[in-house]
Amino acid sequence: MLSLRDLSKSFGGVVAVDRVTLEVRAGEVHALIGPNGAGKTTLIHQVSGSLPADTGQILFEERDITRLAAHERVRAGLARSYQVTSLFRRFSVLDNLALAVQARSGSSFRFWHPVVKEAALFDEARALAEQINLGNRVEVLAGNLAHGEQRALEVGLALATQPQLVLLDEPMAGMGPEESQRMIALISRIRADVTVLLVEHDMPSVMEVSDRILVLDAGRLIADGSPRDVAADPRVIGAYLGAPEAA
Amino acid sequence: MSGILFLEQTLNSLQFGLMLFLLAAGLTLVFGIMDMINLAHGSLYMIGAYLMATLAEATGSFWVALPLALVATALVGAALEVSLLRRLYERDHLTQVLATFAVILIANEVVRMIWGNQSLMLNPPAGLTGPVTLPGGMQYASYRLLIIGVGAAVAVCLYLLVTRTRMGMLVRAGASNREMAVAMGVNIRRLFTIVFALGAALCALAGAMLGPILAVQVGMGENILILAFVVIVIGGIGSIRGAFVGALLVGLVDTMGRALLPIAFAKLFSPPVASNLGPSVSSILIYVLMAAVLFLRPQGLFPARG
Amino acid sequence: MRILLVALVAAAFPWAMHALGQDFYTSFATRVLIYAMAAASLNLVLGYGGMVSFGHAAFFGAGAYIVAILAAEGITSLWIAWPVAVAVAALAALVIGAISLRTRGVYFIMITLAFAQMMYYVFVSLKAYGGDDGLSLPGRSSIGLGVSLSNDFVWYYIVLALLALVLFLLHRLLDARFGRVIEAIRENETRATAIGYPVYRYQLLCFVISGAIAGLAGALIANQTSYAGPTLLHWVQSGTLMIMVILGGVGRFWGGPIGAAVLLVLEEVFSASPLLGPYALHWQLPVGLILLAVVLFAPQGLAGALAKRSQ
Repeated sequence: MLSLRDLSKSFGGVVAVDRVTLEVRAGEVHALIGPNGAGKTTLIHQVSGSLPADTGQILFEERDITRLAAHERVRAGLARSYQVTSLFRRFSVLDNLALAVQARSGSSFRFWHPVVKEAALFDEARALAEQINLGNRVEVLAGNLAHGEQRALEVGLALATQPQLVLLDEPMAGMGPEESQRMIALISRIRADVTVLLVEHDMPSVMEVSDRILVLDAGRLIADGSPRDVAADPRVIGAYLGAPEAA
Repeated sequence: MSGILFLEQTLNSLQFGLMLFLLAAGLTLVFGIMDMINLAHGSLYMIGAYLMATLAEATGSFWVALPLALVATALVGAALEVSLLRRLYERDHLTQVLATFAVILIANEVVRMIWGNQSLMLNPPAGLTGPVTLPGGMQYASYRLLIIGVGAAVAVCLYLLVTRTRMGMLVRAGASNREMAVAMGVNIRRLFTIVFALGAALCALAGAMLGPILAVQVGMGENILILAFVVIVIGGIGSIRGAFVGALLVGLVDTMGRALLPIAFAKLFSPPVASNLGPSVSSILIYVLMAAVLFLRPQGLFPARG
Repeated sequence: MRILLVALVAAAFPWAMHALGQDFYTSFATRVLIYAMAAASLNLVLGYGGMVSFGHAAFFGAGAYIVAILAAEGITSLWIAWPVAVAVAALAALVIGAISLRTRGVYFIMITLAFAQMMYYVFVSLKAYGGDDGLSLPGRSSIGLGVSLSNDFVWYYIVLALLALVLFLLHRLLDARFGRVIEAIRENETRATAIGYPVYRYQLLCFVISGAIAGLAGALIANQTSYAGPTLLHWVQSGTLMIMVILGGVGRFWGGPIGAAVLLVLEEVFSASPLLGPYALHWQLPVGLILLAVVLFAPQGLAGALAKRSQ
């Protein structure tokens, strides 16, 4: 589904992503892990289009999207959530999701008809809210949600665009064990409809939910395999300077 | 075009550019370090010019009045910073624009109330009212040469201040990463006030030096403020070096443009077209320059950050 | 409903003034209505769109100048002059917006300011059309139909009708899909892109619509004062419009009209009345102080304060 070929990105003298080549297969949950500063978020930015690649190619569903604008990639079926919560804080949960649904249901260059009358948008938004466990919080302003709920909405917004592949950047950031469990349950639920590439530090969660793990260290891909294989890989262990630890 | 005219325009460009630099330096520091858009910067320039004109009249001496005007304006600047502007650092740019725009209105009216609507006379220092003969036989106003000299000297001093002194280092650190500077224990509030006062003094210097050439009147600040902003946008916000290069560039393009374009147009177009086109195109040249620079280097020529 | 009350007052105003023998105030009120339109247009792009455009006066002034220039060339029918003014303003907004919207933050503010200055210098340099002194119009635009716009009464109602139409259309626009997206972009541009909106296109269209409305207001002001001058394009005029928006309440629907009304009334009160005595000339001082106070202590403006009261 997603192919990265020789992808690189440097900032001044610092090489953040170093000729990474990897494949993300349809229908699987892939985790991208690595020590801090390994280049994971930079990689995600390049895939989603927030950062241009210096060299290399990004192929999505056989299509070269390396030069494609970020919003076009979303239209093509590639969505993401953010590590630092990025929501429409003064919009309600329902309105947040409805915005995302609106983006893919026809043109928004419409100036006459009030949006609130478009029941279809809001019905779908409600369904999405249910899916991410915010069904009874739809009227709350996004900025007033609890942290865990905001992270769930983060994922929800990405899902609302009905992507084929979703990039989740540390969905469990700042979450306690109970919230993390809910997020894992959510990811397990969505895997039937969408391929997932997630960046995470929370090792037990990663082990539990992923089909495959990709390990990045200092910008390079150093391991790629099943959770068991990767956990036992000496290079991976070395990269983390000891046993992988929970976030 | 004759060599003499060219040389004269070059010197004029230098003179204008260096004065612009004085304004731009203070503006870019305030902007770079405190992340604040200060439209009232032009008002400090105006206040400096007015104080200078009044003090020169009162003391009868240009050279006695000058340091007094600088100190007085610096104090005004510091007072402004402490009482009002420091509340704006945390606010968004729109708020800063509106608040400092309000300061412009207030300052203009206060100046009008004190000095009236007429423009003030400010004479160049005795002995520098006439022309001087340059090598090559050309005559050039001696006062303008003084401006160039003062401007260049101040530029050098600023450069040394910023690169060689401890305070300068703090200023540069603050410009490139404010949080880090605070984390390292820099007394940010006092630094800001000092930077602001210094900027105000520079404004006053520019106002005092340009006073004999341009008119000392209400509203003089607004006209030059835009140019100063263009300079720092071109040069890169937060960078003294950028302000210097930007100021010289703007001074050059503006002065040369106004001098050369009408001549060029007169050769290319018919007189009525040329007389219309010439001034309008030369007035917009620096804005075209700014647009071009932003297009190629959206952060300006020497961005201080990242 | 409050709107009905406002509409009633607005409709009855000229009659009341005529009855009181104070026809001047009808003319003043018309001026308020025109600036209400200009401020509302700025509020669209600034308050709702989050784009701090410091060059809005360019579109306002351009609209005024087009009407004046056409009148000088013998074209006085408003059916031609006004649409052309709007079109030119919209075109200017398209060009300026297309370039400026590639930048962000302070650079955006600066570059819109610079473009406005460019327009200012261009119009000042048109010696044939007044240069520094500006251009006078022989009279108000002609509407045909046997009606004369030089009658202040009629003129007031024309302007009122146009303002009402513009506000109505703006209201629909803001409630529609487009309005939502614009507000979402203002709220979080990154996120808007990440859910698939081509942000640039929406912002540009918003900018153009706003510029077009400002152009219409400009056409009206030229008619109101029978004059179009370079000060209309000066960045200080942009600042004045911004003051109106912030006084009234940035991002609030009635912010533009309320702000315009308040500022113009304040100007009138301070400069004409015996309130300030010999200091009447310095009315900009209390205006500046009030602006400062609003910016520091009531950033939601008057509309915001009213909204809070009714909660």
